[in-house]
Amino acid sequence: MPLELLESSDLDASKREGLWTLNFGPQHPATHTTLRLVLQLDGEMVIDAEPDIGFLHSGFEKLGEVLDFNQYVTIVDRMNYISPMANEIAWHHAVEKLLGIELTPRCKYIRTIFAELMRLHDHLLCLGTCVLDLGGATAFMYAFNEREYIYEICERASGQRFHTSYTRVGGLLYDVTDDWVEMVRAFIRKFPKAYRDFEGLVMKNRIFVERTRDVGVLSREEAIAGGATGPVARASGVARDLRRDEPYLAYEDFDFDICASQGGDCYARFQVRMMEMLESVKIIQQAIENLPAGPIFASGTGKETIPDKREVYRSIEGLIHHFESVMPNRQMQAPLDSVYAATESPNGELGYYIVGDGSFRAYRARTRPPSLLHFSLFSKMIRGCMLSDVVAVLGSINIIAAELDR
Amino acid sequence: MSNENSSSSGALAEVKAKLAETLGGVTLAWSAFREQDRVDFPASELLRCLNAFKAAGFDQLTDLTAVDLLEFPKATDRFELVYVLLNVESGQRLIARTYLNEPDLTVPSATSVWSGADWLEREVYDMYGIVFEGHPNFKRLLLPQEFQSFPLRKDYPIKGRGERHNFPVITRAES
Repeated sequence: MPLELLESSDLDASKREGLWTLNFGPQHPATHTTLRLVLQLDGEMVIDAEPDIGFLHSGFEKLGEVLDFNQYVTIVDRMNYISPMANEIAWHHAVEKLLGIELTPRCKYIRTIFAELMRLHDHLLCLGTCVLDLGGATAFMYAFNEREYIYEICERASGQRFHTSYTRVGGLLYDVTDDWVEMVRAFIRKFPKAYRDFEGLVMKNRIFVERTRDVGVLSREEAIAGGATGPVARASGVARDLRRDEPYLAYEDFDFDICASQGGDCYARFQVRMMEMLESVKIIQQAIENLPAGPIFASGTGKETIPDKREVYRSIEGLIHHFESVMPNRQMQAPLDSVYAATESPNGELGYYIVGDGSFRAYRARTRPPSLLHFSLFSKMIRGCMLSDVVAVLGSINIIAAELDR
Repeated sequence: MSNENSSSSGALAEVKAKLAETLGGVTLAWSAFREQDRVDFPASELLRCLNAFKAAGFDQLTDLTAVDLLEFPKATDRFELVYVLLNVESGQRLIARTYLNEPDLTVPSATSVWSGADWLEREVYDMYGIVFEGHPNFKRLLLPQEFQSFPLRKDYPIKGRGERHNFPVITRAES
């Protein structure tokens, strides 16, 4: 694609003279993935920034119209690959809403535990890599060490560290075992210590504070009008969290706080993420100690869920059941209607708008990615900041290009 | 399980009353599915309706997307334009939909109502070819600017139309 000089419309010609244009990305360590910024600089001051995205566009939404509700889960966990299972939970949450399936308590609890583990997973990466981009390599290691334990917990439950594809319509791929419960317990026992280490290295570090405080300020009004959600909105004083405002899964059963700040700057966004990690640990603790027994698959007409693998391999009824749930002419039929369902993913509101057309696949599977709305606010945040603040702001809004471009 | 009733009938009645006041003469069709309130409004009054929704308390545009109804059973229109609205204070949601047909795929931009509509409208144009008039920076968002088709339309094949072959191949010697 030919590179063009981009118009910065709010500048008149006399002021634009003497500015120089800097291409930031698409390949730059601080973009983490592939995105491009065209910066207009006056010396070191950023006058304007125009994001250019689409480098990772891979037609996920088109694929969502071809693959069925269970198959598409392998695609959604490649969207925000920093917290893959949060995408799976959001996708099947929307599908179950369309089909009208009520989950079993055990399934709800396991999904809640994973949703919160994914929040830790995502926040640890966001905080760790941003500190790394700002020059602090030590804290990054502390954050990534904890992420390894979460990968192991995922692997024990699903057989996969990264692209877990763990949820199924109305249930989960496998039930969890007792030693998985022990693993989660051990993890939340030692996590607070690692958290304190990380906090001590970063949050009161003078260099870090000065690089992030009053940088990339987003006001409450801009956050609301611009569609910001999640930690970005909460750091700007919008105390909204879907876990409390539109309770889904088992969040109603737990006691936790919503973390918000008035600052609106990069430091406030980091603070909110740090505080949320402690709340997540609180939720996991309550969930793992009260994990209900029982089946993981919702019981309904039987067609919407796949049967337990032990039944499939050991009984003819189970095998027939499995065939019926995967053959297009015998599958469950989705209603001729549409739903929008959202979950509080680590990054913000992750929603799906699904249209059913009477088959077991989506007629339209729209993803509402939080990164897209946040990145569109980027040029507002960066105006008037220094060139070196670009990495701080990019890190604080945690742009995941695979989710941005889909 | 299927619950056709509206989620918050009290708050909804309030919104309905406000809209009836500001949108006199405009036909709004209300429906609900899985406790979700929806309203269908005419595309000819798009900007007036969106402004009225905002005035009724929906201060955030959560999502804007489109659906190509070409192969949808018993559909009479070609495109459905979906605005997912949210009242940040009360948490009330409203899904506002309108329908468009070829050749008239031009609607006014909502960027003057919610600034977050900026990239969402560009993506809808990118994928469906619906033009938003009055948008400050209107061009494709995700696909290359020289791309010709609108890939999320139902008449666009899943394997593409060979666009990849049109890109020049840069060999190692040339680069």
